[in-house]
Amino acid sequence: MKKINKGAKIYLAFVFIILYAPIFYLIYYSFNSGGTMTNFESFTLEHYQAVFEDKRLIMILFNTIIIALLSALVATTIGVLGALAITFMRKPAMRRAILSLNNILIVSPDVIIGASFLILFTMIGMKLGFMSVLLAHIAFSIPIVVIMVLPKLQEMNPSLIDAAIDLGATKREVLTRVIIPFIKPGIFAGFFLALTYSLDDFAVTFFVTGNGFSTLSVEIYSMARTGITLTINALSGLIFVVTVLLVVGYYAINRKTKAAVLGVKK
Amino acid sequence: MNHKLLRPLHSIPYFGWLLLFVIAPILLIVYYSFFDLSGNFTLGNYVNFFTSTYFKLTLSSFWYAFLITFFSLLISYPTAYFLTKTKHKQLWLLLIIIPSWINLLLKTYAFIGLLGLYGPINAFLELTGLEKQQLLFTNFSFVFVSVYIFIPFMILPIFNALDKLNPALIDAARDLGATQWTTFTKVIFPLTMNGVKSGIQVVFIPALSLFMITRLIAGNKVITLGTAIEQQFLVTQNWGMGSTIAVFLILFMFIIMLLTSQKEGAKRNEKN
Amino acid sequence: MKEILRGAALILIISGLLFVVNIQLNKSGSSGTKTSLTVYNWGEYIDPQLLKEFEQETGIKVIYETFDSNEGMMGKVEQGGTAYDIVVPSEYMIEMMKEKDLLLPIDYQQVPNVKHIDPYFLNLPFDPNNEFSLPYFWGTLGIAFNPTLLEGQTFESWDRLWDPSLAQKIVLVDSARETIGMSLNSLDYSLNSTDIQQLRAATEKLKQLKPNVKAIIGDEVTQLMINQEASVALTWSGQAADMMAENENIDYIVPEEGSNLWFDNLVIPRTAANLEGAHAFINFMLDPEIAARNAEYVGYSTPNLTALDYMDETVISDERFYPDEETRDHLEVYRNLGLELLGVYNEYFLEFKMK
Repeated sequence: MKKINKGAKIYLAFVFIILYAPIFYLIYYSFNSGGTMTNFESFTLEHYQAVFEDKRLIMILFNTIIIALLSALVATTIGVLGALAITFMRKPAMRRAILSLNNILIVSPDVIIGASFLILFTMIGMKLGFMSVLLAHIAFSIPIVVIMVLPKLQEMNPSLIDAAIDLGATKREVLTRVIIPFIKPGIFAGFFLALTYSLDDFAVTFFVTGNGFSTLSVEIYSMARTGITLTINALSGLIFVVTVLLVVGYYAINRKTKAAVLGVKK
Repeated sequence: MNHKLLRPLHSIPYFGWLLLFVIAPILLIVYYSFFDLSGNFTLGNYVNFFTSTYFKLTLSSFWYAFLITFFSLLISYPTAYFLTKTKHKQLWLLLIIIPSWINLLLKTYAFIGLLGLYGPINAFLELTGLEKQQLLFTNFSFVFVSVYIFIPFMILPIFNALDKLNPALIDAARDLGATQWTTFTKVIFPLTMNGVKSGIQVVFIPALSLFMITRLIAGNKVITLGTAIEQQFLVTQNWGMGSTIAVFLILFMFIIMLLTSQKEGAKRNEKN
Repeated sequence: MKEILRGAALILIISGLLFVVNIQLNKSGSSGTKTSLTVYNWGEYIDPQLLKEFEQETGIKVIYETFDSNEGMMGKVEQGGTAYDIVVPSEYMIEMMKEKDLLLPIDYQQVPNVKHIDPYFLNLPFDPNNEFSLPYFWGTLGIAFNPTLLEGQTFESWDRLWDPSLAQKIVLVDSARETIGMSLNSLDYSLNSTDIQQLRAATEKLKQLKPNVKAIIGDEVTQLMINQEASVALTWSGQAADMMAENENIDYIVPEEGSNLWFDNLVIPRTAANLEGAHAFINFMLDPEIAARNAEYVGYSTPNLTALDYMDETVISDERFYPDEETRDHLEVYRNLGLELLGVYNEYFLEFKMK
């Protein structure tokens, strides 16, 4: 493979700097002994201490993570099955119609999604709380998964499947051994963006939550009137650092095991 | 692909979802759009939509959604391309997504600080001898922050399309004497079209209904259909009018979907 | 495929672990409590220490949920699904909630501490005889400004905002009632005007303000004033107090033509499941010492007269946040004008925004 040139490196560095600038900005102020994200008075760790003392906040954080992970997992599963179903449809018109329907939740403002889900859940007599939030997050994350998986399915060469079937593979094997490995990047993209959707959502969660169940977004938005405390900055800083460590760590371990496996095979 | 690989059982969750969480709410919204404030049946909301106010809102929504999509693509394509050339590309890709997991409102507040008159960007401008610029509450800041939000959504599908690109094809083009630019426009870009299309969909469509940052970053100097819907639902509590605008938003989306998927149909027609 | 299954398993394990931790955390807080009370309030709008004390005193576990707008809150209460026992709406919202029959009357037998509330803040038109609500915090709407950025200019009247020297300096609130209301006030009309002609006139006057308007925003006004991005802002007294705490250059004034007097109130919604607990909570929050501590934590003005004795002298003598009766008599409380007129206000406001 060609080596990456200097211009490309500078470009990427620039993109990363912009992507991370606001995050470093709010982490910087999480060490501010003053009360807001403006004048930096002096260095302090009190906001970090406050995070660990606030049991309610920690519970909300864990709820947020559970909802994000589970909803993204389920949405990815359903989305992949949906994308497969759409691809295998015979009539292009039908395919287009389903795809348009698929995108409705992406175009609808959160307020509408939230309000209509709330009506839906109360209509079927569902208790608002963990389950209703989880269902809602699954529901609004499915379309993004479908959109991420579809191009990979379209790129797939149909003769690949034919070949597999000719070689005597069962339907199940074709699915798990041929198709899924091929569309894997799309599946991962869908999963990670579903995580983003879930973690970012305020309005839908606000409407469908209840009985004391809350997520970080709801908590942060409702602080806006009296001012978001720097405890939230500190918490976000912690989330950020832990996430980066986990991702880098997981990547490193994965590479090592993969390398080991490959080494044996050779 | 016409294989019956999937058992009908497998598609039940997806179609169940469509029915329960998409079609049912849409019917509800269409139903609401025919009622006025006091709960009487009316077509007035639809008449209202065709006043100049909503026409202007629609135009401005489309214009900004277009700008946001255009700049997202402009920045994301090279990013995705260069990323595929890096050594630890999967890791770098994940690092592109991670910032989007930090709460958006918080990041928006950070942008208010960064772009402010006394923020670091203006401090830098002053250092280089330039004058302070009013960055916040401008069209520029609105598009900038929106692009910031949508970049990961554009990069991922394009990256996926580029990553599995057969290097042999590129080499072949090169061997045939194609310049870098022709290789790109004639070989690489067309082959990644599906990924680009996905990216455009997941940026353009939600950009039509952006709200919140229209207020926080644009100071209401940009007003979109999404903002109008939010206002109708929450502040004015006119669910009828809010639903009507939503119905139009969905119609617009259908039209876009039709236009972008035209190619597939057109090609087939040509063959016939 | 293996990698995907491994990932899925990992997610399930992590979620399961966090779930168990959460259950443990929840348990450790509520040892031996039988009943619970669900409180629905704005974020950061109560001293969390007080909730703990209430739990210890009564043995009732408090479940605390937050909202970010009156309208969103009402949607939730109206739709049901959660048994909210205490809610903290603003005054105009109480009228709406009454109209929709969403509130339960307060039983004053169980709230002896009502005697501490300043009678000036009781029996107001939005809730005669305080049948359904008791004031929690109150304040005004006015102009926050930074004289150091304005060559010492002050704002005794609303009309000063139209001064050409303020080009691109003013930050307005993204709310129709407040912004059109200010314009109405500057024309000496009532904030609760239902006269379309007056509203039209106010809107036209507002349009002339446009060259001076830097932005029309929401709660982030606090941050913008503190970091001196904006020099003049239409804002509520509570947020002005937050600004002044961080930037000593900032001042706040209620213009002489009059302005809005607002309240956030404790009410018991129809969804309530623990009536006794709800009354106990209201009575607890009305205790002068508790109210004083809460006011000091939140930084807003308390309507609790006796509580003032427990508070810092410099705070309660500040005319800007505890104005005298003469100033208060110039103020008007928002009335619910009905959805029809609310629509007109917002339509005109949108017209102004799009100009």
